[in-house]
Amino acid sequence: MPKIIVEIMPKADLLDPQGKAVLNALHRQGYGKIQNVRIGKRIEIHLNDAPSAEDLEGAREIADSFLSNGVIEDVVNIHVED
Amino acid sequence: MKIGVVTFPGTLDDRDAARAVRLAGAEVVPLWHADANLHKVDAVVLPGGFSYGDYLRCGAIAAQAPVTQAIVKAAEGGLPVLGICNGFQVLVESHLLPGGLIRNENQHFICRDQKLRVENVDTAWTNAFELNQEITIPLKNGEGGYIADAETLKRLEGEGLVAFRYLEVNPNGSMNDIAGLRNERGNVVGLMPHPEHAVEAGFGPDTFGTMRSGVDGAKFFESVIKAVVNA
Repeated sequence: MPKIIVEIMPKADLLDPQGKAVLNALHRQGYGKIQNVRIGKRIEIHLNDAPSAEDLEGAREIADSFLSNGVIEDVVNIHVED
Repeated sequence: MKIGVVTFPGTLDDRDAARAVRLAGAEVVPLWHADANLHKVDAVVLPGGFSYGDYLRCGAIAAQAPVTQAIVKAAEGGLPVLGICNGFQVLVESHLLPGGLIRNENQHFICRDQKLRVENVDTAWTNAFELNQEITIPLKNGEGGYIADAETLKRLEGEGLVAFRYLEVNPNGSMNDIAGLRNERGNVVGLMPHPEHAVEAGFGPDTFGTMRSGVDGAKFFESVIKAVVNA
């Protein structure tokens, strides 16, 4: 099923407590080389047909207005997968 | 005097909010998330909880609910709206108040009796306080860290839109110790701590003299009744 993928990350200059907790856990497991971990979201929008330019435009719109909050997050990528 | 109290799926504190409204002497009108009819209420409380399971972002899905859309429109016309905790998050996600709320800096859910300073008394929900009054009401949240970009923060401070500031302890890493905000018009107020849990002696925070006797939260509801009567 064709999908539009929207990827969202917390803003780079904001503390990402989830990422920090995972980083600490990885360090405890011995992965000392890892410098940082940040956790975002991947949202899949499923469609019946291959997305049109209009569908992509719509996805961009909802990604900015609803799926992400520009105060705390950035939409880092929107792409199509089969 | 009719004050609406909104219930979304996952709202927790609607009954406490309703009780606070009744104790202040107003009639409670339950408002349901799917119903865009505000039933001619004179003011609205958006209570705390975990609307829609905090899915996507706290308050984000509630901001799209039919009742919220109606509240946003009415608030733009001057209807007094108080957002408490998750209700504050809904106000921010609805763009009735600026900025955002993120996970607490120390990553813990915090539950404590919190001291605040009332920074602005020219609002529908704070007019019964004295300026710079220190109050104590319960705080309980996991995502109460207030953030905004530098420009917004400057505007909030410059225009006196900070309504409450944390005193002694900043429990969640909020910028400028911001606990609550007001809008330009003063009809919309949002804050993370819970006034509705400090409205009746015996059930509130401890005070210096007596256990659980704190009723500082009652002034929020007295304020709105005064504001509506004088409007």
